[in-house]
Amino acid sequence: MSDYEHLIEQQIPRLRRYARALTGERVIADDLVQDTLERAWNKLHLWRRGSDLRAWLFTIMHNVYVNQLRSRTAHPLVSLDEEDINLLERPAQTDLLEIRDLDIALRKLSEEQREVLLLIALEQLSYEEAARALGIPIGTVMSRLSRARERLRRIMGGPADAATLRVIK
Amino acid sequence: MSVLPVTESELHAYVDGALPESRRAEVDAYLAAHPEDAERVATYRRQNEALRSHFGPIADETVPERLRAASTRRAKPWLRLAVAAGWVALGGVIGWQLQAYYSEQRMESSAWARRAAVAHVVYSPEVRHPVEVGADQETHLVNWLSKRLGAQLKVPHLGAIGYTLVGGRLLPGDRGPVAQFMYQDAKGQRLTLYVRTNPDDSRETAFRFAQENNIGVFYWLDRKLGYALSGEVEKAELLRVATTVYRQLNP
Repeated sequence: MSDYEHLIEQQIPRLRRYARALTGERVIADDLVQDTLERAWNKLHLWRRGSDLRAWLFTIMHNVYVNQLRSRTAHPLVSLDEEDINLLERPAQTDLLEIRDLDIALRKLSEEQREVLLLIALEQLSYEEAARALGIPIGTVMSRLSRARERLRRIMGGPADAATLRVIK
Repeated sequence: MSVLPVTESELHAYVDGALPESRRAEVDAYLAAHPEDAERVATYRRQNEALRSHFGPIADETVPERLRAASTRRAKPWLRLAVAAGWVALGGVIGWQLQAYYSEQRMESSAWARRAAVAHVVYSPEVRHPVEVGADQETHLVNWLSKRLGAQLKVPHLGAIGYTLVGGRLLPGDRGPVAQFMYQDAKGQRLTLYVRTNPDDSRETAFRFAQENNIGVFYWLDRKLGYALSGEVEKAELLRVATTVYRQLNP
């Protein structure tokens, strides 16, 4: 196994984590990771050795994701908002269908807000890294982050529901 | 000493531990005097913790084989091209042979193919709950559906032609339980395979094609079971997949 293969393979678990939070679905997330890895191989010559490989992979994943969203508008995947609201109020089911409040709340953010929030809060990228990965100015990162957090706070019911946020595994 | 006003960005930097040490005490003082902002900051911190504890375990999961393979160098481009060309040629031959059947049987309406198309339309756009049992529990899925249909089912693997199994579900058919397996490609394009039991288990038919609005359905009977593959894709692409499904079910 080459050096590069090893370096890239080390990043897969974190790419999967981010993709899962971003898309909310295991299969779609892993497909996104796979497309990202394939694109990364084809563009490896563009990566500056010594620079942060992980941030570079996030940039690629962002581009792949945006392209997929665009191509999907022809066959939009609809989100059933009202049903989601009902699910939020229902106790967690114990069968195969796992209901996750946080997942559902994330679905209610815009794609742009979700990406920024997850890169910073979950993946702990710096604001500069997030701005580079998404190809936007840092001021835009800050305003999206602010809106995402506020929206999430409203959805999760603010302080009264903070306990719900915390009990999630 | 005059203190600079605390900005919204600084509150976020405070939450994310990105605020310069020199400024932190001032923000602390500001928050002590502004309980609403302090409450907001506390909530944002809890959001960070919740996201990390909720999604953190995913990074500890075993990486699926297909992703480990994707992290190594790809197959030579000419090889992939050759494979693709082979499929196109094969699709052409089969398509031509089946043409006769289409013209003969186009008029024959089939209630169950229509049900398959409707089931496709209902479930394939689902984001949250496209299936009842996911592909990660494939054995359970197959055993469960086989038991409910009263026939041993097999779930085709279409990874080689770009479709991965999402999972499956049980549905009511016109005569009893039917199964639906869902697949999707890298772009999120979904196909569903609808499987029902046949009343007359000795029948076999060739592929037939029906179209409901934009949904194409290839359907056929194979002894005990009837299959209908539905998708909002080009007919040639659907045929390519139907051919693969048929081959896998009849090795």
